[in-house]
Amino acid sequence: MPELLPQPAWRRRLVLTWLLAPALLWLLLLIVLPHVELALLSLRRRVAPHVYDLSLLQFKTFFIEPLYWQVFVRTAILSALATALTLLVAFPAAWVITKVARGRASALLFVVCLIPFWVSETVRALGWLILLRESGVLPALLVTLHITAVPVEMLYHDATILVGLVYTSLLFMVVPLVSSLESLDNALIEAAYNLGAGGGAILRHIVIPHAAPGITAGCIIVFMLTLGNYLTPTLLGGKNSQWFTELIYTQFIVRFNWEQGAAFGFLLLGLSTAMVALGLRASGQRFVDVMRRT
Amino acid sequence: MSTPDLAVARLIKQFADHRAVDELTFQVERGSFFSILGPSGCGKTTLLRMIAGFIVPDGGTLHIGGRSMHGVAPNRRPVNMVFQQLALFPMMSVGENVAFGLARRGVARPERLRRTEAMLERVGLAGAARKRVDELSGGQRQRVAIARSMVLEPTLLLLDEPLGALDLKLREHMKIELKQLQASFGTTFVYITHDQSEALVLSDRVAVMNRGRFEQIGTPQDLYYQPATAFVAAFVGANNRIGGRVIRRDGDLTELTTPEGWVLRARQAGSCNLGDTAAVFIRPEVASLERAADQLPRDHLVFDGQVQSLLFDGANSAVLLNEARSGLEFRVALPQTGRFADLKVGERVAFGFDPQRAICFAGGSEAPAHA
Repeated sequence: MPELLPQPAWRRRLVLTWLLAPALLWLLLLIVLPHVELALLSLRRRVAPHVYDLSLLQFKTFFIEPLYWQVFVRTAILSALATALTLLVAFPAAWVITKVARGRASALLFVVCLIPFWVSETVRALGWLILLRESGVLPALLVTLHITAVPVEMLYHDATILVGLVYTSLLFMVVPLVSSLESLDNALIEAAYNLGAGGGAILRHIVIPHAAPGITAGCIIVFMLTLGNYLTPTLLGGKNSQWFTELIYTQFIVRFNWEQGAAFGFLLLGLSTAMVALGLRASGQRFVDVMRRT
Repeated sequence: MSTPDLAVARLIKQFADHRAVDELTFQVERGSFFSILGPSGCGKTTLLRMIAGFIVPDGGTLHIGGRSMHGVAPNRRPVNMVFQQLALFPMMSVGENVAFGLARRGVARPERLRRTEAMLERVGLAGAARKRVDELSGGQRQRVAIARSMVLEPTLLLLDEPLGALDLKLREHMKIELKQLQASFGTTFVYITHDQSEALVLSDRVAVMNRGRFEQIGTPQDLYYQPATAFVAAFVGANNRIGGRVIRRDGDLTELTTPEGWVLRARQAGSCNLGDTAAVFIRPEVASLERAADQLPRDHLVFDGQVQSLLFDGANSAVLLNEARSGLEFRVALPQTGRFADLKVGERVAFGFDPQRAICFAGGSEAPAHA
């Protein structure tokens, strides 16, 4: 970075501290402190009113009770699936925005991806309810077209949850993909074509390696958002959703078992960290590079 | 005569309201170095991209190695291209770059490695296969780009101003290297450039392109000494261009006067009538300079001038004069002997040229503003 003005080192440090202070304060108050508190909560056991001791009871409960770990695994698998689907949907969209559409059309397409996010997530999920419930638009349409005899309930399936999650996550995949595909020089694609490569080979050897940091960043963001999503699985999946965040909610709010809820929270944090690490290792990348490139 | 490696007939490309390539017809002989020289926007890139298959022509035919290229996709043509910015794959090593085309053709890995290594050795990059592309110098990248194409043994190698991004010293060096590589491979090269020196040094034949058409196709010597049009005269090499009106015809010589009243004579190329506008082109090295008019050869037209500026550039040194009567600018090459090393700005001198070595074109106003 070019130096704006020659300054003594202590002054530069001071300026830097002031500039970072709001962000650091925010991180400390809203992320670090609550997590410390949660960590303490998750590791204690109530032995008598207002008497606690150190214990791994909450974590033990998680592994003993099948419902808990099964929902946990199910949430992880569905989140991974939603991430993969989002990538499959977002990649062609990002390709069209960056490489096919020109000028205004490209900007317009990007805005089309953005528009759903002007509406709150609750309203968007409710929109899906209007479309998919038994008396909704889509089942009625299917009856009109004589595809089904009676209106079908399209809510409360895993597929519905996935559709909702993909829809919610799309933008967060499209943005890093667009930025990484934008930096791909068209001459590289032409050069590969000129050297005898077909579409598949160009995608495999040129486009995907170039876009890898964007793909990884998008997948990390979408996976984390999906894993921690509460509203969409609850509204679209109803009682069948079995999403891990619901278990956490139940422990904190319904059962008032903060200790168990805190333990679940940490397990979820551990899961997302582990999955991200796994994904990075599988694609041979480093977290810092991925975040810097996007 | 063998079939030409590239045969183009009545090729057309129309973009919205202008014709980028306008009914071009030409052939490139096997094993030759053919350059297309023209200012930016003349349509040379469009032409090259049509040959490579990236742009579909609106009319005409294109044969490579005797085969029609109609409907043949770029990845199926016996043509490879060295791109302007080289377009080396940054995600691959040097060796993988060179082997890329072979892999696409399904050449087995051991054979691929052998041919890649042999090709790298040939371009003077033996042992560089494992290096990353960004570890190479500009000249080395250039060689990788050529190796990547040549390893596929194309009928035709297209080069899209590949020296444009290099600095001057390296460009001069790469010019020589490119010519030697072409000679040693014996592959037909089609080279496009806006740099007339590259075209002259490298090519067996050069086509000068302007507004979608070829003004002239010929050897570099032809273009330089016998330009067919005013455009070629102005675009290829340095030239003094003096525009005026024809006032007299005398055998093959035409006399013309500029609006400022400078009268000069030159050999007529093509036809022109009295009263027509015309332009005379005199190369700086054709003109000579003396301190006194009577020292100039007898057959020269002789004029008085005043030194406006001295342009010292080693062997290419020249002096910019103002003709005494009209004040028009005129460039004269300085002799290598250093005889005029003491010339001063503002000094009065005599200059002249043999009218047989000056060329007059009718019109001549469409000549490019010199780059």
